[in-house]
Amino acid sequence: MRPFAIEPASDAAVAVMAAAKGGGDVQYLAGGTTLIDLMKLDVLAPERLIDINPLAREHGAIVAGPGGLRLGALVRMSDAAVHPAVRAGWPVIAQTLEAAASPQIRNMASLGGNVLQRTRCAYYRDTRWAACNKRTPGSGCAALEGVNRRHAVLGVSEACIAAYPGDFAQALIALEAVVVTLAPGGGRRIAFEDLHRPPGSTPHLETNLAPGELIVAFEIPRAPWAARSLYVKIRDRASYDFALASAAVALDMDGARVREARIALGGVASRPWRARQAEGALRGTVLDEASAAGAARAAFAGARAHGEAAFKRELGQRTLVRALLAAGAMEV
Amino acid sequence: MADPTPPTGPSRRRVLGASAGAAALPLAARAAPDRGPGEPTAGDALMVLRVNGQERRFTADVRTTLLDALRERLALTGTKKGCDHGQCGACTVHLDGRSALSCLTLAIAAQGHEITTIEGLSPPGGPLAPMQAAFIEADAFQCGYCTPGQIMSAVACVKEGRTGSDEEIREAMSGNICRCAAYPHIVAAVRAVAGRGFA
Repeated sequence: MRPFAIEPASDAAVAVMAAAKGGGDVQYLAGGTTLIDLMKLDVLAPERLIDINPLAREHGAIVAGPGGLRLGALVRMSDAAVHPAVRAGWPVIAQTLEAAASPQIRNMASLGGNVLQRTRCAYYRDTRWAACNKRTPGSGCAALEGVNRRHAVLGVSEACIAAYPGDFAQALIALEAVVVTLAPGGGRRIAFEDLHRPPGSTPHLETNLAPGELIVAFEIPRAPWAARSLYVKIRDRASYDFALASAAVALDMDGARVREARIALGGVASRPWRARQAEGALRGTVLDEASAAGAARAAFAGARAHGEAAFKRELGQRTLVRALLAAGAMEV
Repeated sequence: MADPTPPTGPSRRRVLGASAGAAALPLAARAAPDRGPGEPTAGDALMVLRVNGQERRFTADVRTTLLDALRERLALTGTKKGCDHGQCGACTVHLDGRSALSCLTLAIAAQGHEITTIEGLSPPGGPLAPMQAAFIEADAFQCGYCTPGQIMSAVACVKEGRTGSDEEIREAMSGNICRCAAYPHIVAAVRAVAGRGFA
C-alpha cells in the first residue's frame, strides 16, 4: 500500500472543502471495504484519506415519514436491512442489502460508499494487466477479448464492458431515489439515475460527483409501487457473491393489471440500470407469464454481449420474469 | 501485490518473545493518540486500541490494518490472515459487538471502538466460551485456520438471533470460508449453542 496521510473529519463542511482542494488525491474513508481492498491492490493510491465515520452523528440516521424515507449515507448496510420501516414500506431496499456481500461487510460498509463501489472486473483489479481504460485511461480493455463471463451486456462501450457490481443501487434507481450531497458552497439533490455515468469513451469517470462532493443521504419517495417491491438475485454461489443477473421490481397493481412498474437490472449492466422500455411494455397490461416475458425482451433489446457474457441476455430476461411474477403475487 | 506494505516494526517472533507485546515499544513519552481534529497523520503514529477490555498502546505506520496491529503489535495471533482482501472471513473480530473484517479496517480508524478478538472470548487458562466448546464437541474444524473467524461470526450470529433455521445460520455464517468444508459441523455447533440459549 502506498503511503498516505489520514485525518478524521469533525465537520462535514470542512471535510468537503479539504477534499475539494485535494482533488483526485483525496478519498473519503467510510467502511473501507472497497477502498482499503483496492489500496492494497495498488488500484487506488490516494495521498490523503479523510475518515468520515465521525460524521455518522449527523448523517447516520434512518427517518421514515409520510412523504418517504431518508437514509443517511453513513448508515451501515446491516442497519438499514433490518429496519422495520424499511422492510415494511420499501422491501426491495432491505432485500438488496441482505442479498449483498457478507454479514461482516454489511456491518462495515456505509450506504454512501456502497453505491460507489468499484467493478469486480478482474482486469481492473489486477495491475499486472496494462490494458484497463477504467484504471488507466486510454490503455485499452483486456476484457473485450478476455475472461468476460461476469461482464455487462447493457450500456457497454468499446472502451469498457465492466459490470456495475452493486445490489442496493438497483433498488434506489427503481424507486427514483434522490441523492443528497454536500459540496463546497452548498450541496445539491441529484436523481439517483444521474449519479453514475455511462462508460462511453471515459470509463474512468464513474459518477457525476464533483471533486470533494460528498453523498450525505438518499431520499426515497413513498410511491404507490414501493410496498409491492422485491429483489431477485441470481449468482454462482448460494450467498456471498455478486449477481450474474438480478432484478429489482416495484409494481402498482389495479387488480391483475399493472398501473405502474419500476424495474432495475443488476449484474448485467455497466451502471445501475433502469429498464424504462420494460416498464412501458407492462403499463396497463395484465401481469402474466406472457406480458412479463414481453417486458423482459424489451429490457434486453439493446443488449450487446461480448464473448462468455452472452448467456446473460437470456438469464437476465428469466430473472426479470421471475421477479415480476413474484412481485405480482405479493400480499400487500 | 506490486508494493507490499513495508515492515512496520518488530517481527512477529520478536513481539511474541517480549512480554505482553506492546510493552516492548518505546511509548513512555507519548500520551495521546495522534488524531486531533483536522490534523493529518502520516508515517508512524501512536495508536490506542481498546482490545478485549484493555487499553493497548503502540506505534505503527498509519497503513497498518487492525489485523496486522493485532498480530504483529499486540501479539494476538488468534486472529488469522487468510486472503487479506475481505473475502474469506479468517480475520473476523468484533467491533463494538458486531462482526467485522480486521483486514479491511485501518488500525488508526479502529481507535475509540471496543475490539474483541478470539482471545477475548474466554479468560486465559479459564474455561472455554460456550461456542468454543461447541466447536470442539461438534468436530467443527479440521485444519483450524479459519476457526477463530468462524467462532467470532458464530457468536455474533447467536447474539443477533439469526439461528431460526439451518438456512438462516448458513446465511449468517456465509462470510467465513472453510477450505476443509467443515460447514455442516459448524452449523451443528451454532445450532447447539443457540438451542442452549447462550453464546
